[in-house]
Amino acid sequence: MDELLKILQNNALQSREDIARMLGVASAEVNERIKDYEQRGVIRGYQAILNEDQLDLDKVTAVIEVKVTPQREGGFDVIANRVSRFPEVRSAYLMSGGYDLLLFVEGRSLREVASFVSEKLSPLEGILSTSTHFMLKTYKRFGVLMHQENTDERLSITP
Amino acid sequence: MRGSVSLRDRLNTTVRDIPRSGIRDFFDIVSTMRDVISLGIGEPDFDTPWHVRESTVFALERGATHYTSNYGYLELRRALANYVRKNFGAEYNPENEVLVTVGVSEALDLALRALLNPGDEVLYHEPCYVSYRATILFAQGIPLAVETKAENGFRLTRAMLEAKATPKTKVLMLNFPNNPTGAVMSRSDLEDIAAFARERDLIVITDEIYGELTYDSPHTSIASLPGMAERTIFLHGFSKAWAMTGFRLGYACGPAELVEAMMKIHQYTMLCASSLSQKAAIEALTRPEFDVTAMVDEYRRRRNFLVASFAEMGLESHRPLGAFYAFPSVAKFGIPARDFALKFLEQEKVAVVPGTAFGECGEGFVRCAYATSLDNIREAMARLQRFIGRL
Ligand SMILES: Cc1ncc(COP(=O)(O)O)c(C=O)c1O
Repeated sequence: MDELLKILQNNALQSREDIARMLGVASAEVNERIKDYEQRGVIRGYQAILNEDQLDLDKVTAVIEVKVTPQREGGFDVIANRVSRFPEVRSAYLMSGGYDLLLFVEGRSLREVASFVSEKLSPLEGILSTSTHFMLKTYKRFGVLMHQENTDERLSITP
Repeated sequence: MRGSVSLRDRLNTTVRDIPRSGIRDFFDIVSTMRDVISLGIGEPDFDTPWHVRESTVFALERGATHYTSNYGYLELRRALANYVRKNFGAEYNPENEVLVTVGVSEALDLALRALLNPGDEVLYHEPCYVSYRATILFAQGIPLAVETKAENGFRLTRAMLEAKATPKTKVLMLNFPNNPTGAVMSRSDLEDIAAFARERDLIVITDEIYGELTYDSPHTSIASLPGMAERTIFLHGFSKAWAMTGFRLGYACGPAELVEAMMKIHQYTMLCASSLSQKAAIEALTRPEFDVTAMVDEYRRRRNFLVASFAEMGLESHRPLGAFYAFPSVAKFGIPARDFALKFLEQEKVAVVPGTAFGECGEGFVRCAYATSLDNIREAMARLQRFIGRL
């Protein structure tokens, strides 16, 4: 992967000047390349990684395994795109193995998620079955530990 | 002094007369201050890879808590021989050409002690790692420092060696990628040095502890050059590429006769390297590429950042190509490097190490280690710019 993308994926807030220093190029070039990635849709947005457990939110997240029948034309894409359009669905993946789609669904309460599953998701044509698991606690998201103490035990000067 | 006995007179004179490491000296000053951003740390800021730590706990549970073979676990030596062949291009027999040591530090000491008779000369290049000169002296050798220069990218040339070598010169010590300069040697640079070593029949001790950490071109080991393996002791360890400094694990590879001689000293003085650290090293070698590559990428970004920052503030610096050190010149400010470092520390609370800690020819330079977060580096560079603006 392009160094520029790695740097952004690590910390998208890095200033363009700093990124330019890290890459050893002019910052105008960095701006241009980022704009190009944005226009091509490679970069689809920038978000903060939150430790939501600290925020006391009225929110539950469910991971839902979904079995579907692929359509004659378009295979899994038709149904997957359809499901993905619900705002409750935060992430959706096509999977290998025992089920087909993996969904991350958010709602304000267990009841809300349950009603999404029973009233919106399950009745869709092509959905064979669902299996819903509620998330209890987050330890790590997007490669970031949620409970890391700062433990630099190095001496301040070493050879 | 305690009571009336003067112990100083009883000390071995070599030990008595060797000054403490300039690093130690500076550490004592820095450690009295709070909230210092340190560019003085010569060890990775990355955590030891989790799979290595996790497997060390497992090894402890399983009872890997005993003496091992003097050479080290055979399983580890096999993995090491494999790794060195793949990554450094030199072949060693794990049965008798690989010795596991307590860091490269011990391996250096063993190699010199195994080779030197009193009065034998050792060529080495300065600025260099703080222990070289002392270790040669402890082994009763005569250190012959060869000065490398910034305008040359701190590379070593055959002409420099020829100017210093005498018929009593027995050993040539090399360290590339270099601490403290970040210098590396290309294959053709090394071929000249190798030819010199062969002609003069020198034994080469090559400390390649930073071998994985090069940023612009891949590393070449002198041990891989024709006719060199038979006269070279190759040293490497886990401190830098795997961020395992506290594990204290290194190794030496070389011709069986030399390795056996080193093993003899090791056997009587150390017995073996820590069994747990050896288990950790086995794990580290089973999937090294991923961890090391990610670290190298991050170091490269920081190196680029430093080089760009130095250029923006008009600070002269050769381009560091390896290890995690930059070595900019502060000579133009007209004060000794140590004063520069002390003032910078006092006024801006940023620690850099005066170049003189790495040999007299380090005067006029400071070592900036970039084994610290980019946030720290960014802040340190802002402070450096402010500081030199006032000088
Ligand atoms: C060039 C060089 N050699 C050897 C060492 C010591 O390494 P170890 O931790 O393996 O003893 C260091 C550590 O800073 C070093 O920079």
